[in-house]
Amino acid sequence: MSIAAAQNKGFLAAVWDYLTTVDHKKIAKLYLFAGGFFFLLGGLEALFIRIQLISPENDFLTAGLYNEMITMHGTTMIFLAAMPLLLGLMNAIMPLQIGARDVAFPFLNSLGFWLFLFGGVLLNCSWFLGGAPDAGWTSYAPLSIQSPGHGVDFYIMGLQISGAGTLIGGINFLVTIVTMRAPGMTYMRMPLFSWTTFVTSVLILFAFPALTVGLFLLMFDRMFGAAFFDVTLGGNAVIWQHLFWIFGHPEVYILILPAFGIFSDIISTFSKKRLFGYTAMVFATILIAFLGFMVWAHHMFTVGLGPVANAIFAIATMAIAVPTGIKIFNWLGTMWGGSITINSAMLWTLAFIPSFTIGGMTGVMLASAVADYQYHDTYFVVAHFHYVIVGGVVFGILAGLHYWWPKIFGKILNETLGKLSFWLFFIGFHLTFFIQHFLGLMGMPRRYWVFLKDQGLDTGNLVSTIGAFLMGVGGLIFVINIIYTSVKGEKAPADPWDGRSLEWAIPSPPPFYNFKQTPLIRGLDPLWIEKTEGKGKITPAEPLGDIHMPDASILPFIMSFGFFIAGFGFIYQVDHKGWLAAIFVGMGTALICMLIRSLKDYHGFHIHKEELEREAD
Amino acid sequence: MSHDHSLNPETMPQEPEKATLEGKNKFLGLWFFLGGETVLFASLFGTYLALRNSTAGGPATTDLFGLELVFVMTMLLLTSSLTSVYAMYQMKNNNFKKMQLWLGITALLGMAFLACELYEFYHYIHEYEFTFRSSAFGSAFYTLVGFHGGHVVFGLSWLIVLMVRNAKRGLNLYNAPKYYTFSLYWHFIDVVWVFIFTVVYLMGKVG
Amino acid sequence: MADNIDTNKVNSFRKQKSKDEMKKQLISFALMIGFTIIAFGIVATDAIDKMFVVPLLLILAVVQVAFQFYYFMHMKDKGHELPSMMIYGGIFAALLTIAALSVIVWW
Repeated sequence: MSIAAAQNKGFLAAVWDYLTTVDHKKIAKLYLFAGGFFFLLGGLEALFIRIQLISPENDFLTAGLYNEMITMHGTTMIFLAAMPLLLGLMNAIMPLQIGARDVAFPFLNSLGFWLFLFGGVLLNCSWFLGGAPDAGWTSYAPLSIQSPGHGVDFYIMGLQISGAGTLIGGINFLVTIVTMRAPGMTYMRMPLFSWTTFVTSVLILFAFPALTVGLFLLMFDRMFGAAFFDVTLGGNAVIWQHLFWIFGHPEVYILILPAFGIFSDIISTFSKKRLFGYTAMVFATILIAFLGFMVWAHHMFTVGLGPVANAIFAIATMAIAVPTGIKIFNWLGTMWGGSITINSAMLWTLAFIPSFTIGGMTGVMLASAVADYQYHDTYFVVAHFHYVIVGGVVFGILAGLHYWWPKIFGKILNETLGKLSFWLFFIGFHLTFFIQHFLGLMGMPRRYWVFLKDQGLDTGNLVSTIGAFLMGVGGLIFVINIIYTSVKGEKAPADPWDGRSLEWAIPSPPPFYNFKQTPLIRGLDPLWIEKTEGKGKITPAEPLGDIHMPDASILPFIMSFGFFIAGFGFIYQVDHKGWLAAIFVGMGTALICMLIRSLKDYHGFHIHKEELEREAD
Repeated sequence: MSHDHSLNPETMPQEPEKATLEGKNKFLGLWFFLGGETVLFASLFGTYLALRNSTAGGPATTDLFGLELVFVMTMLLLTSSLTSVYAMYQMKNNNFKKMQLWLGITALLGMAFLACELYEFYHYIHEYEFTFRSSAFGSAFYTLVGFHGGHVVFGLSWLIVLMVRNAKRGLNLYNAPKYYTFSLYWHFIDVVWVFIFTVVYLMGKVG
Repeated sequence: MADNIDTNKVNSFRKQKSKDEMKKQLISFALMIGFTIIAFGIVATDAIDKMFVVPLLLILAVVQVAFQFYYFMHMKDKGHELPSMMIYGGIFAALLTIAALSVIVWW
């Protein structure tokens, strides 16, 4: 495939191109669009929840449907929106930041995406097939064992498939960062976003297997009559809680650490300063990841683990505030005395700092095991985790999208629309969730589909719902901005922000081989160094030569589709043994794909030197 | 140089499995995957430890487990670990035929192990009516040991595909990393088995 | 000087090295078999008090696994820094998981 052939194609050819692509930048776009779609879906579910709670004893949703809404809102937002959006940004940017031409396992990268997508689609098929899962995004046993219908089965299979995709993605990023850094790009010269990608991938590697096992146990219990959580046969429901949170707590750091990385890069770019305390930032990231594994039982303070266990986990949890505090102060330190540009990306970043700090402080309050008996399962908890996840992760994703949009799509997002959507979303966010702290302290429990009137909860819930709609409008304007920009937006130069890191040294959007010549890195913020001390351009580390690129393949798509079919088989074989056929067909398809993959040699192809020379600089 | 050329002693790098970037990536990727597998099996072991006395009136560890068969299985798997070490030794010596031979022995030992395991499960189900569904202990036991068995099945399929695919073309820089990563995976299966025979069978026998 | 290097010599040096390596592997295999026999032996003969048996069995298993990792899987060799980091990371998460599931599951 020549470079020219890659550009001039019809619609079907473009679809085929995306179905078979192993290019990290295209996979990133797929992640961003799929994640964005699920984000809108989860947002819609959130609005339904808030409409139901707009007034006391509302009957907009039935109790059962409300349970499905909260379950799907949580599950969708965490697994199908936040994670893929972050994986999309990592895919798009991390290889560029370290000076790589692709990721270590391009085939697996594509497989990871398709597994995630088919898992997400499988999960959402439940809406049309007799009801969505309704046991909460945590799916605690024995509730999840008792839940009638197939809702929870869809949860199990959907998350199992998309979780496998995430694990594959994590290993891929790890190896990429270890082996494919450009000459001179030592670990301590990597931009913070690449660092957090690395640490996040480590967390994915160690956290997701616990979820895998938990889901298997749930699956065996629900679909094959095992007795892990069946107390009459000696089962123990606490095992699920442990496994779920051994995965679930690192998971929140999997979400927040990349956001920290995005903010670090944005702040140093728009303050025109080297990141303050770079080493401390890296160290704090690693420390958060390390401590993040030792705190999961703070979700289980009221389970009855005993005072010793509670005390240990309370202290470990509070300890996490220290590295997080280091980070907050380092961001402030970076901005201090800097020449600050305030645009949409920076607005999201500036809004993040106080919002996330509030979430962090309620986190320390919740970490106190004795006080937690009071807060547990109230709206105080809901307020806390929305402050960290929306105020941290969603703000981070939106900031990152504004910052890297020109690099990924070649056009700069409209600033006016960007600022408008920021202000609406930001005000709406605080209206929605700040009041929920007080609702929770007044005793409003989470996950109830109604509340009674004249208990002091009416006004607060109304305000919260109004806020949710403001967030909805803000989100919608962001979507309009994307459409507007793709139609009318100005074409972005290679370096629209006067950037510091390597991704700004190549055209926007980058050619599919990223770097014509592998760059030579001379320090932290390599492009900035060349701008201030060098020629303004990155020095190549090699003469112009042939570039080796991986082969495209349709196998990841078919393989994931096979697992998707098998998923239905597993879910419905409980009703009728004929569905076992679907398992055989689905798994067979996947296995045949694996067999083809291992029997065929994939040597990739070369872009020849002459072709590269013909391309204008 | 094309990857497809068989290696001869002159072109043979000292570590053919890590001589190319793809090889290095595969090597690290598999090691990292094993790090994740450690947590996977830890979760299964933890579940088993939490439920190993939850027999619900059914057979308990002390009634079920015998040492003879488990000892045989252990020897089979440990030996298969050594034979795959020999295979990698022959890879470094660039002796493809001997490498395939040692891997063939590894596969046979692995199959013998699986046969023993299947017999063991059959024995428990028919002699003791001890099944996956009879108690929480049953579920945990079959899941833990079954996951290990599933890994053996996967490893064997991997090995056989690898041996058949490359039987005629010999060792090269493209398939050396595939052989090497297989051997790592196989050792890891053995590592898990060491803990299974210790924690499940021996500690179960002690009671 | 560089011209004088004899490829045969290099090869025989390499062969010698991997032979020595193989000798170490065999020794570790013998030790692993030995540990296994001891472990099965103490359970089969009921020779030791129950309170000591379990920790002893676990120690034997850990030592055996260390041989497997460091010799059979070459974790002692150069270029294995990241693999050992990830394995130890996995062991860290694994120990926490096992400790929680065996100690704090409610009863």
